[in-house]
Amino acid sequence: MVDIADYAGPKPAWCPGCGNFAILTALKQALVALDIEPHRVLMVSGIGQAGKLPHYTRGNVFNSLHGRTLPPATGAKIANPALVVIAIGGDGDGYGEGGNHFLGAARRNNDITYLVHNNQVYGLTKGQASPTSDFGFVTKTTPQGADMPLNPVALAIVTGATFVARGFAGDIPHLSQLIMGGIQHRGFALVDILQPCPSFNHQNTFAWFRERVYKLNDDKHDPTDRATALDKAQEWGDRIPIGVVYTERRATFEERLPGLARGPLAERQPNPADAEKLLVEFQ
Amino acid sequence: MEPGLNVMVGGEAGQGVQSAGFILAKAFARGGLHVFADQDYESRVRGGHNFFRVRASAAEVAAISEEVDILLALNEESVDLHRSEVAPQGAIIFDGDKAKSTAAGGNLASAPLARLAQEKGGNSVMANTVALGVGLGLVGYDQETMAEAVRHQFGTSESGESNVRAAMAGYEYATVQLKGLLKRQLTPIGGESRMLLNGNEAIALGAIAAGCTFMAAYPMTPATPIMEFLAARSDELGPVVVQPEDEIAAMTMTIGAAFAGARAMTATSGSGFALMVEGLGLAGITETPVVAVLAQRPAPAVGLPTRTEQGDLQFVLTAAPGEFPRAVLAPATVEDAFWLTVKAFNLADRYQLPVILLTDHYLAGSYATVPRFDLSKVTIDRGELLRPDEIANPEEYKRHKLTPSGISPRVLPLQGKALVVTDADEHDEEGHLIEDADMRTQMMLKRLRKVDGLKEDIAPPRLYGPDEAETTLVGWGSTYAALKEAVDSLRDDGLDANLLHLSELWPFPAQAVAQALEKAGRSLVVESNATGQLARLVRSETGIKVGGSILKFDGRPFTPAYIVREVRKEVTQ
Repeated sequence: MVDIADYAGPKPAWCPGCGNFAILTALKQALVALDIEPHRVLMVSGIGQAGKLPHYTRGNVFNSLHGRTLPPATGAKIANPALVVIAIGGDGDGYGEGGNHFLGAARRNNDITYLVHNNQVYGLTKGQASPTSDFGFVTKTTPQGADMPLNPVALAIVTGATFVARGFAGDIPHLSQLIMGGIQHRGFALVDILQPCPSFNHQNTFAWFRERVYKLNDDKHDPTDRATALDKAQEWGDRIPIGVVYTERRATFEERLPGLARGPLAERQPNPADAEKLLVEFQ
Repeated sequence: MEPGLNVMVGGEAGQGVQSAGFILAKAFARGGLHVFADQDYESRVRGGHNFFRVRASAAEVAAISEEVDILLALNEESVDLHRSEVAPQGAIIFDGDKAKSTAAGGNLASAPLARLAQEKGGNSVMANTVALGVGLGLVGYDQETMAEAVRHQFGTSESGESNVRAAMAGYEYATVQLKGLLKRQLTPIGGESRMLLNGNEAIALGAIAAGCTFMAAYPMTPATPIMEFLAARSDELGPVVVQPEDEIAAMTMTIGAAFAGARAMTATSGSGFALMVEGLGLAGITETPVVAVLAQRPAPAVGLPTRTEQGDLQFVLTAAPGEFPRAVLAPATVEDAFWLTVKAFNLADRYQLPVILLTDHYLAGSYATVPRFDLSKVTIDRGELLRPDEIANPEEYKRHKLTPSGISPRVLPLQGKALVVTDADEHDEEGHLIEDADMRTQMMLKRLRKVDGLKEDIAPPRLYGPDEAETTLVGWGSTYAALKEAVDSLRDDGLDANLLHLSELWPFPAQAVAQALEKAGRSLVVESNATGQLARLVRSETGIKVGGSILKFDGRPFTPAYIVREVRKEVTQ
């Protein structure tokens, strides 16, 4: 049996009171609950405070460039589908710099769980507006106020993601359940996580969210109903839904690749003579 | 140098210029002849002007001849554009039913291409097939070999047989109505037929032979055919092929696959590679083996999408921020493209770094006959890749262990209990991010130490002709065959010339290049770019200033005759 101690890592270099601590705990609890050993996990992260998470626990790690989280995760999953691939990044990383990769991964439906630490601000570079900052959010680089925020949950649904959830760093057991759901889901699973940033976002605080979040489960929401899911995805303001917003079963990218039926790419033994029958085509 | 028979098919996009030209090349190759063929086309799907040149000879040919023996003009414009290139003893075939303003006479002869296609093939669209039949009829080539080549292209179904009838009709028209038009004859010489393929196909075959299991690429001319070839075969052979959202994803997905254990590659052209540059640095610092094909075309930006250039040499040498080792290989010929692709995978795995295979539009799309690749000579070297049972203490495994060679043994995630950790940030031996000055220094030195071994694996440049000569031509990549033929012509003509040619460019074989150049009377660099990028590289790596340069950057390839003329000008100055 896997124990939480198996996932023990060094002390994180995050600010006191950061929502990232809760996300790290929820992830570890999910992996332990699913009895997944660290060597079966590959965490692929980007750059930002969220991108450091894999260094604070144990597993295989590919800490990539800013925004380039999903493509290496996708390549690794295709090379060895037996790996439990968890992509980890922030809102700037995933929805800004890596926006095109987010669309691509959702459309392909790669079997990857994508955790986005959405604090609606850039933390690592100290307080600039992010793609999910509230409209008008004033920062040093956006004195005119931030642009319209991107809605990752609605975007994921319309783009083709097959598991779309929103969690809250202020509710670890609930978040852990969502992460478990994402890992167990076969297909591209987005868990967008509301993560208050005590240093740079004094607007969307733990208290602000606690007054607003409610659980979709309590509301008898049917996540397989795409139309209501899209309604729920667009609810923001006085009431903010958390939980599984949308889910469907569709063939994963890996399942749609006939070439993978011959076994994991990582385990294939090259044999130059295989090319022999192709040479004839050119004669 | 034996000029061989030179046939040009000209017409607009959509008229089947490429397929007619390719069938001609195939028919010659099947007859045991040496063949070289190149194509010239515009960045459009219909209309415009395209041509396909085929050179065939009993002796080895590997470059284009400027003089055309037979011009098969599928439209009137092709006559106007190319008649000056046709030899006085050559022949121009056009369709008199269609080209009303062109009159037969001299070496111009009309053949009812569309009418015969309709009558014998059942569709006037086969005018291109009739034309190739006329061409082969004019030289008295073997009809059965022609039919085989047509079937190879169109299959043995009804459409294939219709095309065979169309080709036969053209052939008979030439032998009866155009008898005596062309004195030059060409017949099959027999023997085992060689392979006929282009540079892109050679790279794709090289990738399969090398055991490449993953490719991610975004379509971009002229590299796209590599991914198309591999994708068509990935169900039962070769790599899984992914077309992702952009080149940034293509490169970083390739890196992810390689990290997890695939032999992985990507392919693109200049601007696509520009998007991959960030990922190139990622491969550098994470020490992930990847092969990236950069098929050059004239740039900057979009440039001339369907033309050729060697303008990206300096770009690939330093692409990506910071300093990390890489290898750059630029195949000289179609055959070289196969073997250097295999080598690229081996170097990438052995030294755990990115290898750039630098080709260009000319090599990518030109066809050549080559002896069948001897696959028993293909070696697979995955470098220090440990099996799970080769790791004594998985708990203590360090992905980026500091070693004397700079190479840290790899294990693959999930092949054992060892955890594989790497980072785009500077990291410690385990792969965890650090900011420590001493570890940063040690990691930089470790990565750069890999160059010591890599250098030893770089082959010296080719020297063609005598060891010493009054004039040494210096070139790299796809210009090899044209340069070789130019040297032969110059020598036949009494000019003492030789050739120093590089296809393994980085790490730069400085010592061998310096030795060769020190013996040269006068050195002239010949490159398809405007600023002499190889000349700059030679100077920065050896301190030797190349004496002069012949530079061409109009998007069109060098011909041996062009090089000879330019060398003459330089030498008489």
